[in-house]
Amino acid sequence: MTQLDDLYKEIILDHYRRPRSKGALPVPPAHRGHGFNPLCGDEVTVDVLVEDGRVTDVMFEGRGCAISQASASMMCELVSGKTVEAVAADFDLFRSMLGVDVGATGSEAAFEAGGEPGRQLGDAESLQGVREFPSRIKCATLSWNTLTGALAGEDEFTETDT
Amino acid sequence: MNDDLGARVRGDFPILARRVNGHDLHYLDSGASSQRPAPVIDAMDDYYRRHHANIHRGAHTLGDEATQMYEDARARVASFLHARDPAEVVFTKNVTEALNLVAKAWGGANLGPGDRIVCSTMEHHANIVPWFQVAAQTGAHVEWIPLTDDGLLDMDAAARLIDGAAVVACTATSNVLGTITPIAEVCRLAAEAGALSVVDAAQLVPHMGADVEAIGCDVLGFTGHKVCGPTGIGVLWGRRELLDAMPPFLGGGEMIADVTFDGFTPAPVPLKFEAGTMPIAEAVGLHAAIDYVDAIGFDAIRAHEVELLRYAFDRLDASFGDKITVHGPRDLGVRSGIVSFTLGDVHPHDLATILDQHGVAIRAGHHCAKPLMSHLGVMATARASFYLYSNRADVDALVDGLEHALALFEI
Ligand SMILES: Cc1ncc(COP(=O)(O)O)c(C=O)c1O
Repeated sequence: MTQLDDLYKEIILDHYRRPRSKGALPVPPAHRGHGFNPLCGDEVTVDVLVEDGRVTDVMFEGRGCAISQASASMMCELVSGKTVEAVAADFDLFRSMLGVDVGATGSEAAFEAGGEPGRQLGDAESLQGVREFPSRIKCATLSWNTLTGALAGEDEFTETDT
Repeated sequence: MNDDLGARVRGDFPILARRVNGHDLHYLDSGASSQRPAPVIDAMDDYYRRHHANIHRGAHTLGDEATQMYEDARARVASFLHARDPAEVVFTKNVTEALNLVAKAWGGANLGPGDRIVCSTMEHHANIVPWFQVAAQTGAHVEWIPLTDDGLLDMDAAARLIDGAAVVACTATSNVLGTITPIAEVCRLAAEAGALSVVDAAQLVPHMGADVEAIGCDVLGFTGHKVCGPTGIGVLWGRRELLDAMPPFLGGGEMIADVTFDGFTPAPVPLKFEAGTMPIAEAVGLHAAIDYVDAIGFDAIRAHEVELLRYAFDRLDASFGDKITVHGPRDLGVRSGIVSFTLGDVHPHDLATILDQHGVAIRAGHHCAKPLMSHLGVMATARASFYLYSNRADVDALVDGLEHALALFEI
């Protein structure tokens, strides 16, 4: 069961049970994005406030599995205070950690497994184990895709099968 | 002893010998799709190795053999459903297509503004969405039969709603709650009201069979892959007069009597509804599947599943007490072998992942029944479902996996 212990690490369950940054921001000035995974019903709403190209506040609401909700909590913690470009780079790094192709538009950023814990993606690094569970990768990326959409001014993100 | 059924038939299902993630496979997802016994796989293999050609096109021996096998399958389905006439059996790709056929072809021709389509709150999306589609086209609208607290149809409300309705679309067994509905009574109310009764028997046929005369419905659909048959084939049974009067659904080859520069004349039923090359090998496989389950007998299958349900309830209650919420009726007399549940605050999706690592396959999600999910006030449930090859070891593995899930999540 070591794969399972890797997936459901204590820190992940801690974020699931005690999410950081849970709540809503006044919209506007914040941007709001809704994310939905029709396959399993996971839902997140991400509110993000951007000032001078920098994320000055970010909160989420959501319902769903431990992976999707913990990932949202970890993401909010990680991106708060960062520039929009740095958030995009983090998402590329996050996807590379999960073995997801970032496509031609992605940066060259590659996650280095086994580095100093927390150095690259904070608590979100604990989601590495999701890589071994292909059907769960979308749970981990849902909040990130939703945030990315909100930053680009899109208010709906729906996971698809492809 | 009934529990012997699982042991007796298990060897017929090659896939059940598989190991998954280092464990014996415990397949508890037959509600989504059953597994296939060797006779079904062999029948399709033999068809492809020895008999395949296109059907209803005459001219050579293989074509004649394939046509005969396809039509034999139709006749077998007809006798299985206690239908009067094989022409009442239309092959489709699944029950979803069967229900769409009725909604679009019959509904499109017969529904109009103000007409009421009555669905039950426990319908699968397959018996909801086509009705919404035809309602939008015709000005009809959909109304819902509510459920009682223990997950049964509220029959008083049903009687009121069905009175004056144009269509009653109702499942014979809920794929989430396991509820076996009083479908004959629903169809009787529909007949009294002059409404078309449409029965989704996808979850009834595999476990109890169906007698269309006893049910008293106008149309009924089921899907092959849940009854030990192949994917890619479903059945629509409809009363002959009704099918005769209905316009065709899809157009193309096979479904015509004549085509000129000015238009076409449809073929008589059932070919009128079978446009294009049909799933011939799948019909042959379905025939073998029906022979297989019929030979075992629905009395034995049902008794076996009730026995397993009782065992599952005992074990789940004893192990998880009030941490587990099982949806649907506790009365096993009206419950099929389906156990939908939530456990503590562990999300069903997480449960499914953890169980999978124990070799236990269950379904997690909304089960294509979102109106029912919102009635239950949940986003998703975990669902274990049984069939003739399920056994107590499957239930034990389920309980072990759930115990592990609780332990993992206890922080
Ligand atoms: C009650 C019910 N109706 C309809 C369906 C749809 O079956 P299919 O996908 O084979 O058309 C299912 C199975 O998922 C079901 O359980």
